[in-house]
Amino acid sequence: MNIPANFKYTKTDEWLDPITGKVGLTDYAQSQLSDIVFVEVVVAVGDTLQAGKAIVSVESVKAAAESYAPVTAKVTAINEELANNPEVLNSDPYDQGWMIKVEGADTAGLMDSAAYTKYCEERGH
Amino acid sequence: MTYIPHSPKERDDMLNTIGVKNLEDLFRDVPEKYRFPNLHLPPALTEMEAATELGELSLGNDNIRTDLVSFLGAGAYNHYIPAVVDHILQRSEYSTAYTPYQPEISQGTLQAIFEYQSLISALTGMEVSNASHYDGATAVAEAVAMAYAQFRGKRTKIVLSPAINPQYRAVLRTYTQDMNLTIAGDTLSVGQIPDSNALINLIDDNTALVIVQYPDFFGRIYDYTALIDAIHARGALVCVAANPIVLGLLKTPGAMGADIVAGEGQPLGIPLSFGGPYLGFFATRKQFIHKMAGRLVGETADNRGQRAYVLTLTAREQHIKRERATSNICTNQGLMALAAAVYLSLLGRGGLRQVAELCYHKAHYAAEKITGIPGYALSFDTPFFHEFSVGCPKPVAEINASLLEHGFLGGYDLGQDYPALRDTMLLAVTEMNTKDEIDALADVLAEVAHA
Repeated sequence: MNIPANFKYTKTDEWLDPITGKVGLTDYAQSQLSDIVFVEVVVAVGDTLQAGKAIVSVESVKAAAESYAPVTAKVTAINEELANNPEVLNSDPYDQGWMIKVEGADTAGLMDSAAYTKYCEERGH
Repeated sequence: MTYIPHSPKERDDMLNTIGVKNLEDLFRDVPEKYRFPNLHLPPALTEMEAATELGELSLGNDNIRTDLVSFLGAGAYNHYIPAVVDHILQRSEYSTAYTPYQPEISQGTLQAIFEYQSLISALTGMEVSNASHYDGATAVAEAVAMAYAQFRGKRTKIVLSPAINPQYRAVLRTYTQDMNLTIAGDTLSVGQIPDSNALINLIDDNTALVIVQYPDFFGRIYDYTALIDAIHARGALVCVAANPIVLGLLKTPGAMGADIVAGEGQPLGIPLSFGGPYLGFFATRKQFIHKMAGRLVGETADNRGQRAYVLTLTAREQHIKRERATSNICTNQGLMALAAAVYLSLLGRGGLRQVAELCYHKAHYAAEKITGIPGYALSFDTPFFHEFSVGCPKPVAEINASLLEHGFLGGYDLGQDYPALRDTMLLAVTEMNTKDEIDALADVLAEVAHA
């Protein structure tokens, strides 16, 4: 399980890079979903997100899931490439698989990589 | 495997577990007088008695195959059904209670659905078709659900042409009653729909979908290309509710730029049968596939590299995506879709065109005959396909009563739905109507006018 040390994490398996403001799905989440075939970002640039609200809708060959805003923040960019290449969420969840970019986030409530690693292990991995 | 849902002992175990003495106690919350009402049923009949009674009841029906000549359409049409259609439908391999999930044991059914989808896509001029819906009305209502989902609920207005089948509009309203949509347009005048600035003026930033019908409810044919362009310029999607037979002859809604083509598949080899089971077809563009409701069969290769068919993109459906799915309908009208696929395969492009041409020419012959009778006139001067609206010298109900006495099932009374079209009859003519029948219809109409 790949869990980058410098990122912050949520209990709903999103990561946030405090430096760039990018948000994505964790390696754990993508492996649980299996092959992702459809991604739809349901927020727009300029939206102010509420932590816990749906930001992305994902469908895999066997499941459908939503991804939630890890923090209350403003959306500054959306990864438009995802719609055409949803499989990068599986192959490269922490780089090409970024979903949105936010600014002005307070990350105090999020888990660090050690806490998230423990959280994943407790769920049987 | 024996299938015994529960033995008396298991039933007692369950009652003990939840602390209830007997089965009757489970119904205690229902007021006693409603609990086991006397249904006043007659004594049970033997099979022989039941067959006799049902046989007698059925004598009360007038059948358009044996008793009546039909000129009634208005959404359901009397077409010839080749014997092969029923023969294939009755094969036991196709008798199944539900859509097959397991590709290992269902290749035939899945291939039939895939071919149905391919045929509907070709017929409508669209890129993708689902495995079908219940009927034309529900398929059109699903177009609303798809457009609503496509705009993620941010556009909540639906604009309807007033010339859409009134039953489709009623079903659409029932379907969407809890979606907080604004439905507008269908109280407009039924004049020249595509040039109707009144319709275009209703389209705003909040409009998700505009629906028009082709041919419209009055049988009129329009090229909607310019209208669709104007609607797209306002950012809304367009659904064309189409008759599948006309698509064998005229420009497809796909070629006009429609985003969704939906409609009633009954004319494709399915009998009138007192209103059902019918078939809803639904086709759209690939870009909307993830928001489309219904089952979808795809072609793939199995682990030996052989061509194989499977249900595909199922995660968008309600049994997986739950309340976030476009629709809670995730089944199809399997046997009727098969009938349509067999019908279309059997007729082919040329055969379907021939059916459509026969309908067109016979309807135009009938219109010429009827409008030659003093008191009868076409309500619109727009080109029409196999159905036309005729202003009559007397109330339609009165004319239809006389027609029935002469063995004719008369046209649809448009005044029921359109007060402005009082004493106006919608007549449908298909390849089933002979020249003699049309001449005889005209004779009775002439007689009624003078009576």
